[in-house]
Amino acid sequence: MFRNQYDSDVTVWSPQGRLHQVEYAMEAVKLGSATVALKSKTHALILALKRATSELSAHQKKMILIDTHLGVTISGLTADARVLSRWMRSECLNHKYAYNDCMPVSRLISMLGNKMQLCTQRYNRRPYGVGLLIAGYDDQGPHIFQTCPSANYHDCRAMAVGARSQSARTYLERHLDEFADCSAEQLLKHGLRALRDTLPNELELNTKNVAIGLVGKDTHFRVFDEVETGLYLAMIEGEERRGGGAPGGGAVEQDDGPPPAPGPDGGDDRPDPQVVVAMETE
Amino acid sequence: MSSIGTGYDLSASQFSPDGRVFQVEYAQKAVEIGGTAIGLRGKDGVVLAVEKIVTSKLYEPGSGKKIFHIDEGIGMATSGLISDARHLAENARNEASSYRNQYGNSVPLKYLNDRVSMYMHVYTLYSAVRPFGCSIILGSYEKGQPVMYMVDPSGISHGYFGCAVGKAKQAAKTEIEKLKLSELTCKELVKEAARIIYMVHDELKDKNFELELSWVGKHTNGRHEFVPKAVLAEAEEAAKAAMEEHSDSDGEDM
Amino acid sequence: MDLKTEMKIPADFPFGSSSTASPSDYRQVAHTPITTGTSVIGIKFDKGVMLASDMLGSYGSLAKFRMIERLVEVNKQIVIGAGGDYADFQFLRDIIKQKVTDETCLDDGFMLKPRSLHSWVTRFLYNRRNRFDPLWTNFVVAGMQDGEPFLGVVDKLGKAYENECVGTGLGNHIAIPYLRYALDKKPNLTEQEAREAIVKSLQSLFYRDARAFDKYQLATITADGVKIENGLTLETDWSMADLSSGAD
Repeated sequence: MFRNQYDSDVTVWSPQGRLHQVEYAMEAVKLGSATVALKSKTHALILALKRATSELSAHQKKMILIDTHLGVTISGLTADARVLSRWMRSECLNHKYAYNDCMPVSRLISMLGNKMQLCTQRYNRRPYGVGLLIAGYDDQGPHIFQTCPSANYHDCRAMAVGARSQSARTYLERHLDEFADCSAEQLLKHGLRALRDTLPNELELNTKNVAIGLVGKDTHFRVFDEVETGLYLAMIEGEERRGGGAPGGGAVEQDDGPPPAPGPDGGDDRPDPQVVVAMETE
Repeated sequence: MSSIGTGYDLSASQFSPDGRVFQVEYAQKAVEIGGTAIGLRGKDGVVLAVEKIVTSKLYEPGSGKKIFHIDEGIGMATSGLISDARHLAENARNEASSYRNQYGNSVPLKYLNDRVSMYMHVYTLYSAVRPFGCSIILGSYEKGQPVMYMVDPSGISHGYFGCAVGKAKQAAKTEIEKLKLSELTCKELVKEAARIIYMVHDELKDKNFELELSWVGKHTNGRHEFVPKAVLAEAEEAAKAAMEEHSDSDGEDM
Repeated sequence: MDLKTEMKIPADFPFGSSSTASPSDYRQVAHTPITTGTSVIGIKFDKGVMLASDMLGSYGSLAKFRMIERLVEVNKQIVIGAGGDYADFQFLRDIIKQKVTDETCLDDGFMLKPRSLHSWVTRFLYNRRNRFDPLWTNFVVAGMQDGEPFLGVVDKLGKAYENECVGTGLGNHIAIPYLRYALDKKPNLTEQEAREAIVKSLQSLFYRDARAFDKYQLATITADGVKIENGLTLETDWSMADLSSGAD
């Protein structure tokens, strides 16, 4: 494994103005299985691909309920996600207690961003190694947010993160303009197709390895049970894989491998690496 | 930078033999690769403009703002790590709030600037923290006077008539220096600011960007506000037209 | 963990301390209001809600400050009013105003709602009461939420309720009957009718409440926003005064 002298601490800048520790934490997100999020004018939807560590084990939990109007799906270090979710739950509860109203989604995320930022600037902590996709509904309608270990967050129309998620993003970008007017059912179908695109060819979505969470106007956030998941899976069953997805099905970007090895700082003549941590992050 | 890699550049609490603190310089490097931000102080107010580079179509338009309201009359434009910038915005807001709590009126920008630069400076003193990876421009309109400061990761701050940070700060500065700032009103400055950001934007490196424009001045009653959509659209149109003209006349690339 | 720390009880809290407690081992908090305002009254009408209070700041029985504002605009849809200790009101008012400023800075399209503020003030005052250090102030929160008028009260102990018409202080005894009568007669008052009921109540309060005054503020909150009229004067008629006996 490659290393350089500027990558041991979050408190050390590299000569190019990069924070390697934070970038490595960003890589942790790509190790987790894929998660997908999208929204219409009335609903916000999150989906996740669940892995099982062995044939005898259950599938991992990828979706966490935060409040009646809010849920998250996680990619990366599950334990870190639990810490963040617990914090988000308590913030939402406190808000409800004090203000007798649901926490606005954007405010929660901006508070979360500020909380996560501290870990990217101090010696005694490491950044949170998890990427969250948050689906929420408040007075301003449905929201999808993405958070990164760099403490950056984005208000998204749709998003996918985790292993092999590029193919899902390709699907989402291609159909982006259709989502706004979708019904919940249509949105679910789009979501499942995007999620399916992240699978290797020999694998299929099934009721065990898919998690679905939906929130919308007048409907609380809830995670679907297996029966319901099966219902929606049946709707896209038999469709050609990557239906309208990546041409030839081969354009899957390799984003689940280890990070590209940056040259020793100031060493070789490779182009100056782009800062992945700054706002220009994927 | 001959001392790079000699081991004297790994901590903010360490000088190199030639008397430099490299960690601070590296942090400034992080600002130099961020989107360009400029501040123009005119006759009757301050205009802030930021080139916000958009890396994905999946993001909601207008999200991830890089200009912040600090207090009713104070705006802050940033360049560099956005999460660091948000942290600083929160800190500045707390300063403004605590000042009002203590003294009953809104914080003078001179004082706020002092406090924020002090805060940023503290992060250049210890090995347990890293310097901020962002620069900020603060603007306000107080007692009939426009005021503007810029603070960089070292915690140094100066008052400015016009300033620029980020990727294209050199090109932006050159353009700003051509303006007669003290004679221009906010309404005129908005157009200049839009033109400069459009001009220094590098289409080859970053495809998509959003222009963020805000102002504070006499016409806003001393309140810091984002420029209304119509005015923004008009300024953007003018900027694009100026670009066309520029490329038609000499075809030269900046 | 030490129980006091765990329950966030101040270290100098007198009760439940060790048996070595000495007579000086206690802390005294404000037990009396100093400069006070008297009643605030409010009533809902068909398109909004109305709030009124007189402008006197009493120093004990001395009518000391004759033009203090006890109704304050919080944002485009909320007005708060308060009676009781004026300094305590100013203290909480400043906190609320800072909340609104913070919200303006976030610029995220959300605006504090009256029901939320009412809840927050309740939490705040009840918490202070439980710490045996109450703010000596009764609050009225009036505003518009989702197109509907909201009118709620929180007293200094954190007791909170909503109603079609409210009154704090002596207003709770003298004004409420008038306001209820008006609402019983016609549940959906017009703005003008609401105003008449309010003014009549204020007059009555001025006649009978020795801490009341004839200069008053009147706030109207509708979907169009907040309007506060300052320094209005009650028309009063004291010709009957000569006939009264036994009170002097």
